[in-house]
Amino acid sequence: MNKEFLVYFIIACVKILLVFGVVQLMIISMIWLERKVMAHMQVRLGPMRVGPHGLLQPIADGIKLLFKEDIIPQKASKLLFILAPIMTVVPALITFAVIPFGDKVKILGYNVDLVITDINVGFLYVFAVSSLGIYGIVMAGWASNNKYSLLGGIRSSAQMISYELTLGLSLIGVVMLTESLSLVDVVNGQAKLWNIVLQPLGFFIYCTSAFAEVNRCPFDLPEAESELVAGYHTEYSSMKFATFFMAEYANMITVSAIAVTFFLGGWHGPFLPPVVWFMLKLSACLFFFIWVRSTYPRLRYDQLMNFGWKFLLPLSLFNILITGFIMILKG
Amino acid sequence: MTAIPAATTTTHLMTINMGPQHPSTHGVLRLLLELDGEMIIKAVPHIGFLHRGVEKLAEYRTYHQCIPLTDRLDYVAPFSNNLAYALTVEKLLGMEVPERAQHIRVILCELTRISSHLLWLATHALDLGAMTVFFYCFRERETIYDIFEMVSGARMNLSYIRVGGVSRDLPGGFLEKTRNFIAEFPARLNEYETLLTENIIWKKRTVGVGVISAEDAIDYGLSGPSLRGSGVNWDIRKAEPYSSYDKYHFTVPLGKNGDVYDRYLVRIEEMRQSNSIVHQALNILPSGDFIARIPNITLPPKEDVETKMESMIQHFKIIIDGIKPPKGEVYTSIEAPKGELGFYIVSDGSSHPYRLKIRPPSFVNLEALPKMVEGRLLPDVVAVIGSLDIVLGEIDR
Repeated sequence: MNKEFLVYFIIACVKILLVFGVVQLMIISMIWLERKVMAHMQVRLGPMRVGPHGLLQPIADGIKLLFKEDIIPQKASKLLFILAPIMTVVPALITFAVIPFGDKVKILGYNVDLVITDINVGFLYVFAVSSLGIYGIVMAGWASNNKYSLLGGIRSSAQMISYELTLGLSLIGVVMLTESLSLVDVVNGQAKLWNIVLQPLGFFIYCTSAFAEVNRCPFDLPEAESELVAGYHTEYSSMKFATFFMAEYANMITVSAIAVTFFLGGWHGPFLPPVVWFMLKLSACLFFFIWVRSTYPRLRYDQLMNFGWKFLLPLSLFNILITGFIMILKG
Repeated sequence: MTAIPAATTTTHLMTINMGPQHPSTHGVLRLLLELDGEMIIKAVPHIGFLHRGVEKLAEYRTYHQCIPLTDRLDYVAPFSNNLAYALTVEKLLGMEVPERAQHIRVILCELTRISSHLLWLATHALDLGAMTVFFYCFRERETIYDIFEMVSGARMNLSYIRVGGVSRDLPGGFLEKTRNFIAEFPARLNEYETLLTENIIWKKRTVGVGVISAEDAIDYGLSGPSLRGSGVNWDIRKAEPYSSYDKYHFTVPLGKNGDVYDRYLVRIEEMRQSNSIVHQALNILPSGDFIARIPNITLPPKEDVETKMESMIQHFKIIIDGIKPPKGEVYTSIEAPKGELGFYIVSDGSSHPYRLKIRPPSFVNLEALPKMVEGRLLPDVVAVIGSLDIVLGEIDR
């Protein structure tokens, strides 16, 4: 084994551990942030007891869930039931492999890219992986052997498949401008001007589809507690439930990171170090998620489908058309 | 591709049990739903999980002892229940209530209407996913409950209204606190409306959902905002004024289409009107006695009981024996927040009602639910249940 490979291997491992750790930390802080921000928007205080201003609340929640009895319904399909939460959380986490969170830095004489790996088809990788998450939800809905879970599972599979499409199409405009599928190139292309200026329509479509993709309000139908009790995770308890919970937040962070990468200039920004800029933009996106949740009611299932197929899909195709047209005009 | 022959594809209806522990059936309503996919083929409400036998219990209590039972019917609007019962007994006795008491009753009943509608709005919005409105409404409801606590000492089961008036005079500081509340409430109401009324998702969820025509609404015996949402102008406060409601200026908001959205608009506007009624009532509140002083029916003043032998005996007699109204049958109804709340009493001349029948608005309104939801989607059920504003306490009794 030569030295170069060893260094490469070590750097990769450190990066993976770092990103994984940071994402986990973000999930934890996101849970706290969501509860706090929503509380303040709703004229209440939110968690206050565990730690200063409830800072340790997510940890307390985690510990509580960990020690709860883990129930598997007798008539559930056991293997799928156990596999489902894993299937949701893993894709949510591994998407981060291609997201650049900073410029090249020199550490101990070695050039290190602040991205776990720069694949030349990063764009496709992101979508291939993130659409895997649906399987987990469908499996959870089916394996629970519960009617509410089943309805939740059906809803979410239909919803996620529909919106995956517009989600992908909304980014095509950016890919056309960058002329590359690599996420590093996408970020580098935004050094002067962020893509949100060039692709406002694309950004709008992306945001809308992203909400549907991660099952967040106003598209949180699969887990609409007023209709389907808790949707696909009705029968889940203990750590399995916590895993679903984590997956939801991880997904939110992932789609926010993609939004930052594709539209908001990635790590570019004046004065502050790139990583800080990346985190700032990411936090802004996540804040937006919470803000929307505390403002809007929930759409109905058929309306959501109509909206996706009859409005968003034509709009995203139109966006691609316009982008192509302008690119040809400009030469 | 070969087409699948029609004979080989069979669909099965899925029967789903919604409630009684379901989060959005507002208490312990149980709905049996037959679903084709998410479409509702048949909806059957099952009730009775909260049955306490209030009507039967009343037969073993004196007329005064029945008042706490009425609190527990529509437990989010106890004043209205108290009032409806007291009015019925008063009609049976053929007695007059002092003016001050009448206006106090109006103030409290309209505050009750606001608090009941606030709870409706909060839960209705929460059912449709708008979480924030819930907390805003509860903030204002809390203020109203503080006022109630000042008046009666309790927050929920108030039992403040008595046969012949109210149990005691308004406490000091009441007028000021209520004035403050009604001064700021319209602005709060606008706040809720910014979140919902023109919100495109809110409209998508409510416009054209759970439609019931004016004829159907009358045929089903709907009352209250659920009836007025369909455009039927029927408000007992206007049609058969009680408790000097004829002295107030207010309009009865009406809907047009009879859908969830119109019922929403009607209730929002009703809160504004109630606010204005309370405002008027505070301005014209006369001085005088808060309860009619009729021996053998109402208790003598407390000071007299402590100082005069006759008053003490009278007090003792009323508490032990109760009041003995003449033989007869009587029905009175009022416009409770949820619709027409009626009490029917049969008296055999003894100190207990021979029979007490309650006409709860929610019970009748709920009967229209299957008609409103059949052929629609599962999410519409929660929207429609919310818009009917049912309380299981008075449905099951």
